Amino acid sequence: MPRRVRRRYLALRVVSEQPVSQRDITSAFWNTFLQLFGEYGASQVGFSLIDYNPQKGEAIVRCSHKALEMVRASIASITEINEKPATLHVIGVSGTLRALRKKALS
Amino acid sequence: MRKFVDLHLCPSIENLDQVENMVKKSSELGYHIVGISLPPDIKRDEISQLQKICRDSKTDLVTRVDFTPKTRRELLNNLRRFRRRFEVISVICTSKTIARQAAKDRRVDILSFPSTDPRGRFFDDAEAELASKALSSFEIDMTLLLSSKGFSRIRLLSCLRKEVAIAKKFRVPVVISSGATCEHLMRGPHDYASLAFLFNVTPSLALRALSEDPLAIVERNRGKLSPDYVVEGVRIIRRKNDCLDV
Repeated sequence: MPRRVRRRYLALRVVSEQPVSQRDITSAFWNTFLQLFGEYGASQVGFSLIDYNPQKGEAIVRCSHKALEMVRASIASITEINEKPATLHVIGVSGTLRALRKKALS
Repeated sequence: MRKFVDLHLCPSIENLDQVENMVKKSSELGYHIVGISLPPDIKRDEISQLQKICRDSKTDLVTRVDFTPKTRRELLNNLRRFRRRFEVISVICTSKTIARQAAKDRRVDILSFPSTDPRGRFFDDAEAELASKALSSFEIDMTLLLSSKGFSRIRLLSCLRKEVAIAKKFRVPVVISSGATCEHLMRGPHDYASLAFLFNVTPSLALRALSEDPLAIVERNRGKLSPDYVVEGVRIIRRKNDCLDV
C-alpha cells in the first residue's frame, strides 16, 4: 500500500514596494525554482499556494516534506516580483495548517 | 538560544536613515550582532552615532573594515595602522599574492573572495592550510549569490561547493554573512541556512557559520582590544588599587 504523502506548510511574509497578487507570487516562485533545480526538481516539489492575505502581506504555501530545503532555498532566492524588488521571508514551517496558523500567524 | 551574527552589512555610512533601516531590519530578522563595513578613516563620533542606532534597535555593533590592497606592502601597512582600531578586519583578496599574505597573517580575521569567476577566487588547499594556522575565517557573502544570475550563478555555486569542502577539510571556520547594500538583499539566518543548501552546507554547519563562528571572532578580538589584554593567554584581572593587601 502506498504511504501517505507527507507535506510541509510554510508561512511567508511578502515584502514589496508594489501590490503583489497571488499569481505573481506563484510565478516568481516557479521561475526561481526552475532556474535553480530544473524541471526534474519541479516535478517532485508538490508546491501550491494555499492562502494569501495581500493586506497583511502573509501567505501560506504547501510542498512535499522531501522538497522543503529546495523550496526554502528558492523562496530565499527571490529578489524581484514583476521586475520590482521584493523579498519573501519564511516566518514559520509546520506539518499541519492548524499548527502553522497557531505558531506563525497568530 | 542561538545568537545570530551578520558580520557584513554594507549601507552607505553618510546615509544614516539607510543605516537605521538596515539595522532595524536585521533586528527584526533575528540578528543580535551586526557588523557594519566602515571606512578606515572614520571618526570616533561617527562610530558612536552608529552605536546609538544599533542600541536603539537592540543590536550590538561590530566595527569592521574591509581592505582591498593591491600589494603585500599595502596590506601590511594597513594592518599595522588599523588593527587596533577595528574589531574585525577583512581582506578582499583580488590576487593570489594578497590572498596568501592575508591567510598567513594572524591580524586578519576574514578572507573574502568577491569574484564569481573561478580564476578570481584563490581559496585552495594551500590557502586553507595557511588560514587554518592563522585562525582566519572564510567568508561567504550571500548577496553575491542573490544578485548573480544564469551562468555566473552556476559558476559561483560550483566554486562555493569546492571551497566549502576545502574549508571543512582544513577546519577553517566558515562565516556566512549578508554583504547586503540594501534591505531587499537581507534575509533571516534560517533563510541563509537554506540557501547554503545550494552549495552542500548542512543546516547545522550553516547555522554555526551564522552564529558560533562569527561570534568567536568578535569575542576573541574584543578580548584582545580590551585594556586588560597582555598577550595570548595572559590578561590583567586586578590592578594595583583593586588588589587585596596580603
